Parts: sequence; structure tokens; C-alpha cells
Amino acid sequence: MTTTVPAGTGRQVPLADRGTPTTSSLWRQAQVLARRSLIKTWRTPEALIDVTLQPVVFLGLFTYVFGGAIAGGSQQAYLQFLLPGLLGQTIAMASVSLGQNLNADIEKGVFDRFRSLPIGRSAPLVGAVMADLVRYLILFVVIMVVGTLMGFDATNGWLGILASLVLSMGFALCFGWISVYVGMIARTAGAVQGIMFLLILPLSFGSNTFVATETMPGWLQAFVDVNPISHLVSAVRGLMLGGPVAGNLVWTLVWMAGLLVVFAPLAVRAYRRRA
Amino acid sequence: MTYGIEAAGLTKRFGETQALAGVDLAAPEGTVLGVLGPNGAGKTTAVRVLATLLQPDSGSARVAGFDVLRQPAEVRARIGLTGQYASVDEDLTGTQNLLLIGQLLGLRTAQARTRAAELLEWFDLTEAAGRVAKTYSGGMRRRLDLAVSLVGRPSVIFLDEPTTGLDPAKREEMWDVVRRIVAEGATVLLTTQYLEEADALADEITVIDSGRVIAHNTPDGLKHHIGGQRLRVRPVDPGRTQEVRRILVDLTRCVPELSRGELTCRVDDDSLLPELVGRLQVTGIAVSELSLHLPSLDEVFLTLTGRPTSDTTEEAA
Repeated sequence: MTTTVPAGTGRQVPLADRGTPTTSSLWRQAQVLARRSLIKTWRTPEALIDVTLQPVVFLGLFTYVFGGAIAGGSQQAYLQFLLPGLLGQTIAMASVSLGQNLNADIEKGVFDRFRSLPIGRSAPLVGAVMADLVRYLILFVVIMVVGTLMGFDATNGWLGILASLVLSMGFALCFGWISVYVGMIARTAGAVQGIMFLLILPLSFGSNTFVATETMPGWLQAFVDVNPISHLVSAVRGLMLGGPVAGNLVWTLVWMAGLLVVFAPLAVRAYRRRA
Repeated sequence: MTYGIEAAGLTKRFGETQALAGVDLAAPEGTVLGVLGPNGAGKTTAVRVLATLLQPDSGSARVAGFDVLRQPAEVRARIGLTGQYASVDEDLTGTQNLLLIGQLLGLRTAQARTRAAELLEWFDLTEAAGRVAKTYSGGMRRRLDLAVSLVGRPSVIFLDEPTTGLDPAKREEMWDVVRRIVAEGATVLLTTQYLEEADALADEITVIDSGRVIAHNTPDGLKHHIGGQRLRVRPVDPGRTQEVRRILVDLTRCVPELSRGELTCRVDDDSLLPELVGRLQVTGIAVSELSLHLPSLDEVFLTLTGRPTSDTTEEAA
């Protein structure tokens, strides 16, 4: 079961040398499928708007429209506060297209072929999530470069940025499984977007992304305090700008593990059941 | 006899729709089984069950010697599936589509490349190999779809309506391709809405309607059962219809039906056409139409079930 069939015998026959079926590891299958997703992204660069233009527009809008009012007149001070928050929000938003693309793949019948192949049931999903990492990397770089040009100063230096990168990429990969799950259960790609935004808007605004939480009513503060995006944002603030890190870092890791353990199996199960 | 495909009592219900209501199918190794039926008959559902994409509510099936329910991985390693909708990835090129499947099946990159090039050439797609599948014509897309399903050298191949939506010339081209694949010794299950197609390609034909098998026979047996081919003659001068009728009765001993100046006979013998042409020439009767063709699916169903095709529901996915 582990040998491969020799190909390229030179004969023009499609079925010759039929023999032992070939197999490959789940890791390799996921890699191959991730490459497929990346080729598709490369062919449709407009699919990268949510990780390139969108964060730039958000960064500009929030800094210059709200910055003066929120941070006591200092847009500069607000940018320091906002940038890690915006990173958290845009990561959540960027996950939407993952579920949408998977849903479209199923509609088009492409996944029927994958399902008829002797590959791991989870391989197409794992591959898609892996490919999304590239999009999140682009997102991180865009936010850091544009933010720095606007005057953001990561006072903790390169090490803090690097640690933030690793943490936020890890978070993105775990959070993405929610989108994968929704992509498996929603009827259309449009519905995936609707459901995801319904989830992401309260998660990203009901957090410490844009404002300090002291002004919020108690019940909302309670929500903000357990919100995974709050923990991620606080941890990244600590890593880039200094301040307490450990507690938020631990909670972020706990959330990551929780999201992964709950939504990855749910998504794979929904994928297997989807007729 | 060993069977490439064997199914007994398959049932599947989607909500209100009984897509399969006890279907038996059998294709001896190396033969082509044609599954003939209208839209919504359950053809695609049957294929999806056999290809391990769908679990039946009841019944059992073995494909390439393995149980589709208990040994799905073994089955998947031995089948090729070509969907009703060409399910190639439109955003990838022909080569990339083939490479993707080859690598998923565990071929090393170099091997997958060789295999891709080999199949592209075989399916006459070498020139289009570097183009995105989106830009392919309907016929090219079907060929690529078929090529992709052959990457793993399957011993059982499912062709779900391989020519639906193709124009007649492209259809014949596709038939040639299917014949060449069959010549390699694979077992093929072909679903179709055209008796002509099943007749051209299949060793045996199973006719299904509303999830039930209503006939199973060889193409010749089936044609005999439904009265063979239809011979149609329309004399230019309606006044000579009676003369034509006498010639037809004489030649075929059938009872011609007359409808709007056109005489139709059921015939079993292909050699009648030249004879008829000869007789018409001798008697100097000019005809505006003269044709010999297989009955349409509608005519088949009318004969087999006494009612027209139940082509009302969408084929359940």
C-alpha cells in the first residue's frame, strides 16, 4: 500500500500498469491542496483585498476620524492603541473568505472528486487552512508597514513584533476553523459571509480593539473580558508596546486550543456528512 | 463471473423524494454497463452511492471487489469518477488539474508530470495544457474531466452523463474516447439519457425510472423488446403515400403508421434502408425525408411503462 505506481512508460495508454494503489500522507495531501488554493489566490489577486486594502483603509479611517476624539486629541497616541486591535479584527474578518471558498468548491463539484479519492477526509480542509496562512502573513506585513509609515512605534522592538507575528498567525489558523465549519453547514457562499459577519462584528467591536473598556456597561465588560479577540489584542499590545503579557497570552493560547478542538472536528464531521 | 460493479437493493431517500427505491446493478469485469433513464430517475444518486460519496439507506454494493460501505478506502483507490458537471478546477490549467490529482494519489512530482503529459496527449489536450480550464470548450472540459479521473489508473470508471450538453459531433468524439478507455479493460458504468448512446457503448443496459429498475437487457435485447429502430419515409407527393405503404409492408411486413404525410415503421434489420432506396428509385417516388433511427427515450419509456418519462423532478444530488 505504500509503493507508487511507475508512470511514464512511454506507452500512450491511460490505464496500463494498473497495480497497487498509491497512497500518500495526510501532511503531503494537505500541502498539495494548499498549493492549489494558493494558485487560485494568485490568479485572482482581488481576493486579497481583505488583507491588503481593507486594513489600510481601516487604519486610516479609525486613526484620523476617531483618533482625535477617543484618545484625548492625540491621533498618534490612538494609533499606538489601535494597531494591535485592528490586527485582531482584520484577522477575524479575513477568515470569512476561507469558508466562502470552501462552500463554493463544494457547490462546483470540485470536492466530489476529492471525496472519491483515497485521501484523508480532512485533507481538503486542512489544506485550505494552511494556504490561508499566506493571506494572514500578508495582512500582518501590510498593517505593520502602513502603521509604521503612519507613525506607529513598536517600542519593544523586533522581538516583540516577531512574537506578535507568531501569536497572531497561530490564532488566525485556529480561528479559521470557525469559518471552515460555517462553510460546511451553510447552503451558499453568501450565507457563509452573513453568518460570519454576524459573529465577527460583536466579537471584534465588543472587545478592547477600539476603545478602553472602562466606559462600557458591566454586562458588556463581562463579555469583553472573556472575548478571545480581547485577549489576543491585549497580548499583542503587551508584546509590541510593553506592559503585562503573561495572563493574556495564556488566555489566548487557551482560546486557540479550544477553537481548534471544537471547530476542527465539527468541520470535518460536517464535511463528511454533506452529501 | 467476477463483477466490477455489483449492487443489490439500494435505497436512498432525500426528504420527500425516494431517489432510489431498490436498485440492483451488475457489471461483469471489463464490460460497460449503461444506466439509462430520464432526469430524476436516480442515476446520479446511484453513481454517488457506488463512488462512496453517499451512504444508501439500505442495500449493499461492491465495487472492484470491495464493499462500498465497509471498505470505502479500498474502493476509492480503484475508481475514477467523472461528474455530470465537469468537476475540474476551473481556475487551474489542464496540467495543474492533472498534477494536483497525481500528487494527491502519492505520485512523486516528476511521475505526476509524466502522467499528466501522457494523459494530455492521449486526450488531445496538449496544446491547451497551459490554459486555465475556464477557457476550455464544453468538449475539452469533458475530456479533461475524464483525463483527471484516469490519473490513478482506476479499474472501475463512472461516467455520469458524459455527453449531456455536447453537440452531436462532440458527442461522437467522446464516444470514441470512451471506447478507447474500455479497450484498456476497465469496467465502466455509464449513465445517459440517450438510448443511442447506451446502444453505441454499453454491453448491457439497465433502464431505471423513479429509482426503480424497469428493464435490464443487452442493447439488442432491449431494442428487440421495444421494437427495434424506427424507419421514417415522407413522399414528396402525398398522392403516392399508398404506394410507399405497399412497398414498406412488402419489405418489412410491418404496419406503417401514417401521421402528417409521414410513414413510420418499426424495423429490426439495418439492411432495409438500401433496399427501400432501391425500390423507391425503381418506382420513381421522390421522398423529402427518409431516416432510420433508434427510438427516443420517450418512446422507450412509453413502450416499457405505458406512460411517458416522468421527467418532472430535478435529478437529486
